[in-house]
Amino acid sequence: MQDNVVLTMRGICMTFPGVKALENVDFTLRKGEIHALMGENGAGKSTLIKCLTGINDFEAGEIHVDGVEGAVKNHSTLDAQKVGISTVYQEVNLCPNLSVAENLYIGREPLTPWHSIDRRAMIKQAEELTKRLDIKVDVTQNLENYSLAIQQMIAIARAVDMKCKVLILDEPTSSLDDSEVEKLFKMMKGLKEQGVGIVFVTHFLEQVYAVCDRITVLRNGTLVGEYPVAELPRVKLVAAMMGKDFDDLASIKPEGFKVDENAPCQIEAEGLSHYGTIKPFDLKIHKGEVIGLTGLLGSGRSELARTIYGADKANTGTLKVAGKQVKINQPIDAMNLGMGLLPDDRKAEGIIGSLSVRENIILALQAKRGMFRQLSRAKQEEIADHYIDIVRIKTASRETPIAQLSGGNQQKAILARWLATDPDFLILDEPTRGIDVGTKTEIQKLIIQLASEGKSIMFISSEIEEMLRTCNRMAVLRDGEKVGELDGELTQERVMSAIAGGAKSE
Amino acid sequence: MSKVKKITKNQLFLPVFCMFLVLCANIIYDVAHGSPFYNFFAVSITNGMLQGRLINILNRGSEIAILAIGMTLVVSASAGTDISVGSVMSLCASVCCVLLAGAAAPQATELAVPLIVGVLGGLLIGCVCGAFNGFLVANLSIQPMVATLILWSAARAIGLLICNDLIVYVRNDTFAVIGGYVGIVPTPIIIAAACVVITTLVLKKTAMGLYIQSVGINKKASRIAGLNSQRIIFLCYVLCGLCAGIAGIVGASRITSADSNNIGLNYELDAILAVALGGNSLGGGKFNLIGSIIGAYTIQAITTTMYNMGVSAAVTPVFKAIVVIVIVAIQAPPVRAFFKKLSAKKGVVNA
Repeated sequence: MQDNVVLTMRGICMTFPGVKALENVDFTLRKGEIHALMGENGAGKSTLIKCLTGINDFEAGEIHVDGVEGAVKNHSTLDAQKVGISTVYQEVNLCPNLSVAENLYIGREPLTPWHSIDRRAMIKQAEELTKRLDIKVDVTQNLENYSLAIQQMIAIARAVDMKCKVLILDEPTSSLDDSEVEKLFKMMKGLKEQGVGIVFVTHFLEQVYAVCDRITVLRNGTLVGEYPVAELPRVKLVAAMMGKDFDDLASIKPEGFKVDENAPCQIEAEGLSHYGTIKPFDLKIHKGEVIGLTGLLGSGRSELARTIYGADKANTGTLKVAGKQVKINQPIDAMNLGMGLLPDDRKAEGIIGSLSVRENIILALQAKRGMFRQLSRAKQEEIADHYIDIVRIKTASRETPIAQLSGGNQQKAILARWLATDPDFLILDEPTRGIDVGTKTEIQKLIIQLASEGKSIMFISSEIEEMLRTCNRMAVLRDGEKVGELDGELTQERVMSAIAGGAKSE
Repeated sequence: MSKVKKITKNQLFLPVFCMFLVLCANIIYDVAHGSPFYNFFAVSITNGMLQGRLINILNRGSEIAILAIGMTLVVSASAGTDISVGSVMSLCASVCCVLLAGAAAPQATELAVPLIVGVLGGLLIGCVCGAFNGFLVANLSIQPMVATLILWSAARAIGLLICNDLIVYVRNDTFAVIGGYVGIVPTPIIIAAACVVITTLVLKKTAMGLYIQSVGINKKASRIAGLNSQRIIFLCYVLCGLCAGIAGIVGASRITSADSNNIGLNYELDAILAVALGGNSLGGGKFNLIGSIIGAYTIQAITTTMYNMGVSAAVTPVFKAIVVIVIVAIQAPPVRAFFKKLSAKKGVVNA
C-alpha cells in the first residue's frame, strides 16, 4: 500500500436477489483528499458504501485500511468505526430527544471515577468540539430544537471526533440551503487539511467541482473510472454517469410555452395561513400553469403547499377550487377536489416501506374510492404495470417492497401514485431531490407534459436552474411569508435578488 | 431445491412447523406409552358429540383464536397491543349473564330476556370498550399499552360490580349451546371458524387490509395519501373489543356463568403470543391473519399436550414457557440467519 493511501477496495462484488449490485468495483482514497463518488440512482454508490461500513456483506473482493493488518471485513458500523471509518448519512441518524452533547458522546461518554456519566466533562468537551468546528449551538439543548442542517453538522462533528481516517458523507447537502452548504464545505476543507480522507456522495454537480479533488464514477454496479477533477469537465462527467450524451436540459421547455392569462383559475387562495409556519398569502393558479415556489430552505415553501393541500389545516382565509369555495380539513378532502401532494420527505411522508410497488402506486386512488370499493387485483396490476412503464420505474417486479428500490425509483413510484388519481392540481415538493440527472430530466419533462394537458402544477425545488427550466411563474417566499411573484422572463439573477430581498416592489 | 426454498421462505412456514413439532411430541409420547400413533388424531362420537384430543384443542382454543383476530389488526395498525382483551372478555360475560338472568340473579334457569338481547348486549359492551381504547390511542395518541392498561385493570372490576360481587349463573340449555354443541360439533369451533372466514372475506373484498397495513407502516405518508389514520386505528380497536366480546360470551356459556375472576384471565398474553407465533411483527405493518390463528391453536395444543402427559396444572406454565422459548427462538432473525448460512454451506458442498 502506498504511503498516502488510507483506503483501498479491490474487486468488490455484491448481489441482491435478482440484481447484480456491484461487480468488480475498485476504489482508492488518499490521505487529505475529498473524493466524489458519482453515479445515477441504482449505480451502486450506496451499496459500495454499505459494503465498506459493514451494513452489507459483500461476496468477493478485499478492503484494506491504512494501519490495519490484512484485509478488513466489517460486519457492523461499530467494526467500521474501530478501523477509523465513520459515516454520515443523508437522513440524520441521531436521537432527536437527547441533547446535542449527549448525541455527540453517546456510546463513549466521559465517565467519572464511579463509572457514572461525567456530564460536566461531556458538556465541556462538546462545547469545545462545536466551537472548533464553528457550529453555533447550545449543547445542552435537545437536538430536535435545531434545524436539519445543524443536526447534520452535529452528526459530522460526532464522526470527526471519533478520530476517523475515512469520513463518508452520503448526500449530506441534499437538505441544506446554500449558506449551510458553504459552512459544511468549510468544515470539510478543514478536515482535509488534518489529513482525513473524505468520500463525498452527492447529486449536485456544482458541489463536486467546488470541493472535490478526485471523482470516481459508477454505472450499473460497475466502475467507469477514477479521474482528477481537472481532467473531467461537467459534460464528460454526466456522459460518464449516464453512458451517453444526455439531452440539452435547457431545451425542455418548448418555445412559446406560456401560460394563458385568460385561462380559468384552478386554485384561488385568499389570506390562507397556518399559525407558526406560513403567514396569510394570496395565490392564484391558472389551469395549465406551472407555478414555482422559491425561497431559502425554511422560508415556508413546503408549508404554503401543505396549507393549500390540508396537510396542515389552514387557520384563516378562503380557498376556491375551480371557482367554488371549499373547506379542506384533511388531505382526503383536497384529493376529492382533484389535488395531489408529493411530499419533500420521501422516506417519512412518501413511501409505505414494506408494501409492494403495486400497493404504493394504487394507495391514493384506493383511498379516494373508499374502503368498500376495492380495486380488483387485476385492475391494480394493470394500473401498476401501466405506470411502472410510463414513468419507467426500475424494479425487479411490481410486488417488490418499495423500500428495496433506489431513491429515484421510489420517488417515481410516489409520482405514479398521484398520476393514477388523475389530479387537476399537483403539488410537487422537491420531486428531484437526491435523484440523478437523467431522472431529473424525465421528471421535468413530465411536468411540462402534464401542464400542456391542462393540469396545474406547483413545483418546489431548491435548484433554481431546474425551476427556471420548468416554471411559467414563480412565487417568492421569505421567512414564512409570500413576498412577491415573478413572471415574464425568468432569469437566475432576478430570482436570486427576489429571494434575497427587494422583490416586494414587483 | 428452489421449491423447498419457496416453502421455507413463506411466512406461514414456521408457525406451521412449530404446530407440527407439538403434534410430533404427542405422537412420540403416545407410541412410547404403547398407544397407537394415531391416538392423538382419533376422533370418536360419544353421546352424540365429537370427542378426541384434536377436537378438544380446536374447541378450547376458540377463544384465543377469536381474540387473536382482533389483536392482529390492532398490532398491525397501531404497532401496539391491546392488553385489556382478557378483562373486557370478563366484563362482556358479566353483562351478558346479568341481562339473561334478570331478576333471578345470581341463580337463574330461565332466560329473562331473549338470548339474542343478552348476546348483543355483551357484544355492544365489547365494542364500547374497544371504542374507549381506540379513542385513547387514535385521538389522544396515548401509547397503546398504557391506554389499554386502564381497562385491563378496570373492566374486570366493573364486571364484578355489575354482578354485585357474585358469580351469576344462567343454567339454561339455550344459553349453554354457545359454549356447547350444535349437533355433534362443538359450537365454539363453529363460531371461531365463522369469525375467521368473515374477517378474511372482509380483508379480501375491501381495502381494509391495505389501509390497516399502510397506516401501521407509515402513518404520516398514509395521511398524505388520503387515509384517515385515526379512524382506521379506532376501527381496529373497536373490532378488537368486539372479538373480546364474542370470546367472553363463549367463555361464559361454557361454564353457564359469569365468573368475573376467572373468565379470560391472562388471555391477553396468549392472544399477543398467538400474533407473534404467527410470524407477525409486533412493530406493526404487514400482517398475516392465518398465521395468528395457527399461533393461537399452537398455544392451545401445548396446553392440552401438557395435560395429556400428566403434567400438573400448577407447573404447566413452566413447560409452556420452555416450548414458547424454543418456538420464538427458531423465528428470531439471528437464528434464522444461522440456519440460512448452514443450508448455504451445504449447498456449496453438494455442488
